[in-house]
Amino acid sequence: MAQADRTPQPGASLSPPRVFKLVLLGSGSVGKSSLALRYVKNDFKSILPTVGCAFFTKVVHMESASLKFEIWDTAGQEKYHSVCHLYFRGANAALLVYDITSKDSFLRARHWLKDLESEFLPGEVVVMLVGNKTDLSEAREVTFEEGKEFAESKKLLFMEASAKLNHQVTEIFDAVAQELLQREERVDPTQRGDPRLTLNQAPHPGRQAKCCAR
Amino acid sequence: MDAGGNTAAPAPGDAEDLEATRLSSEEAGDSGGVHKDPPDPGDGDLEETGSKAKDLLPSLLSSLPQPEAPSGTCGLWGPTAPGSSPKGGPENGPGGQGGDPSDEDWRNQRKHVFVLSEAGKPIYSRYGSVEALSATMGVMTALVSFVQSAGDAIRAIYAEDHKLVFLQQGPLLLVAVSRTPQSAAQLRGELLAVHAQIVSTLTRASVARIFAHKQNYDLRRLLAGSERTLDRLLDSVERDPGVLLLGAVRCVPLARPLREALGALLQRCTAPGLALSVLAVGGRLITAAQERTVLTECRLDPADLQLLLDWVGAPAFAAGEAWAPVCLPRFNPDGFFYAYVARLDAMPVCLLLLGTDREAFHAMAACRRLVEDGMRALGATRALAEVASLSNVPSASAPAYSVQAVGAPGLRHFLYKPLDIPDHHRQLPQFTSPELEAPYSREEEQHRLSDLYHCLHARLHSTSRPLRLIYHVAEKETLLAWVTSKFELYTCLSPLVTKAGAILVVTKLLRWVKKEEDRLFIRYPPKYSTPPATSVDQAPHNGFFTGL
Repeated sequence: MAQADRTPQPGASLSPPRVFKLVLLGSGSVGKSSLALRYVKNDFKSILPTVGCAFFTKVVHMESASLKFEIWDTAGQEKYHSVCHLYFRGANAALLVYDITSKDSFLRARHWLKDLESEFLPGEVVVMLVGNKTDLSEAREVTFEEGKEFAESKKLLFMEASAKLNHQVTEIFDAVAQELLQREERVDPTQRGDPRLTLNQAPHPGRQAKCCAR
Repeated sequence: MDAGGNTAAPAPGDAEDLEATRLSSEEAGDSGGVHKDPPDPGDGDLEETGSKAKDLLPSLLSSLPQPEAPSGTCGLWGPTAPGSSPKGGPENGPGGQGGDPSDEDWRNQRKHVFVLSEAGKPIYSRYGSVEALSATMGVMTALVSFVQSAGDAIRAIYAEDHKLVFLQQGPLLLVAVSRTPQSAAQLRGELLAVHAQIVSTLTRASVARIFAHKQNYDLRRLLAGSERTLDRLLDSVERDPGVLLLGAVRCVPLARPLREALGALLQRCTAPGLALSVLAVGGRLITAAQERTVLTECRLDPADLQLLLDWVGAPAFAAGEAWAPVCLPRFNPDGFFYAYVARLDAMPVCLLLLGTDREAFHAMAACRRLVEDGMRALGATRALAEVASLSNVPSASAPAYSVQAVGAPGLRHFLYKPLDIPDHHRQLPQFTSPELEAPYSREEEQHRLSDLYHCLHARLHSTSRPLRLIYHVAEKETLLAWVTSKFELYTCLSPLVTKAGAILVVTKLLRWVKKEEDRLFIRYPPKYSTPPATSVDQAPHNGFFTGL
């Protein structure tokens, strides 16, 4: 798998939490910042459009391990696309957000996916499609099935959420975390295939930094 | 004195304006002492003042609201609005058939600002939806191109109670339609600020490129999200006119040792390519440190600094650490800087680090941690938190002081801009003013005061006959504006004040400012030198280094 070259560190649960970089993508005012704000600070306020990128960190404790998310919340506005592209680089996961009350934002999610695919090898990043604003379901333009179908066709994770009502927000990030850890475990056997290498590398402090900074 | 015939102020002796002016200036001279050389009173210049002021005052007063005017959304102009709208019509009337422009509320707004492309495509309107205004904007384009076809450029139209000011900036056309007493020059300044705001997110070069490529491009696509910033900018002109009128930034009052320690801290915490570090709270400056090269070779324009202050004061930066490109239009309208913006220690205090390297986010974040550690070591955190929480003013937790601090009864508000800053500090024009308090707590009162300040400013800086001193009795307040080689001052006094009293108050105020100078202003802005950013690839994007 593509992650083989990333040399994840086995036995991460004992060392400082593994760092994963996650980017939030999607067109303007679909609620990317609101999802981030809800998740990181458990807060909701109607905020102005993001300027450039905003950066958050959050440590997640899963059953098997802890991990630290570096969350890059990008601006949906077109004018900032050039700088946000910089922060695609080295991402481990991406949330592709659309607004369930806007067909347009759903269609544009496809463009964002194309952008991602052009920067990464297939399977290199964990991508989740997120339909936000379920609190406005009476104005829904994109059905749950449509979203799910699209996600499945592209092998993406899929969830609907509401940052406003704090519905399913933590679940999104947990699912991504779970998936990231699982993928790593799947990679692990190939590592163990050459235990000598792993043992040599494990105590190397530089290794971990490399895997997250890449 | 009470030229408009309103007798809100006691009028002993009914002095004419000429006398009023001379008297006040003489008294100001006598009571000098504070300032070594008060302006020369009683020369020909001042005679002009008087006669000019005579012309000014009646028109000023007649444009003031009648007492207890039935107030709508904009009570100041409400009474005249419906009657005069047919007259104001020719400009924005033709578009009035469809949707918004026919709306009474829309027409009654004090001041409209429009931005459109050369092709007549609407980009921004202060009020109403842009879509409904395409016809109106079409008329504006027609006006502009009609005059253009004669090889001329339209600058302004004076209709009875409206001023229309046109400003062409590259492929963009900016139009102000105003019934405020602001002068055309002042309105033009406002339009320039609007243009600068647009340029700061897109750069002038890219705006030009876009329209050269596609003439009928809809720029709203790229400006999405900036409309609110423009709204905020235009609102602030009405509520807090000092910034634009005086072309200066406002500092947070702070004890000099603390401010200097913070400045030294910013000087210490640098990264390659860092050009400017700013500490701000609520859109006001705590301190700013600049890269030496920027400082000596190209001055940082106060308008650019103010733009940054407004920008970081925006609620968009309320959470997390932000990283965004920003263009400083006065410095270089065609290049981007990269800005790191973060709140420090969960305080309203904001740190802005402006650099030339677009990949420097992590270096800047490290810088911020250094600043935070340094502030804790200084014990500055608590002091700043106090400063920030001192005022309970709703205006975005802006720290300020009350006019009571001056201890001059009768003084309601003032704007003071020192002009005697040593030359090498000129890059940081500053002004100070207290918080607006009662009776200026309601919007329409604030608008009235802003209008009065604008009038006085226009008179002081008139291109044909500049004045140095104006004593103006308005219906609900008395104002005194004074410009010398050392300062520019606008004061608003109680309407009951006498001329002698006014001079006394102003003297007291000047004495107070002198005493508090070190606290109110940044006297010695810190500087530092940083090596240029290491990455070379950004040279073409960036104005700073291509400019060197």
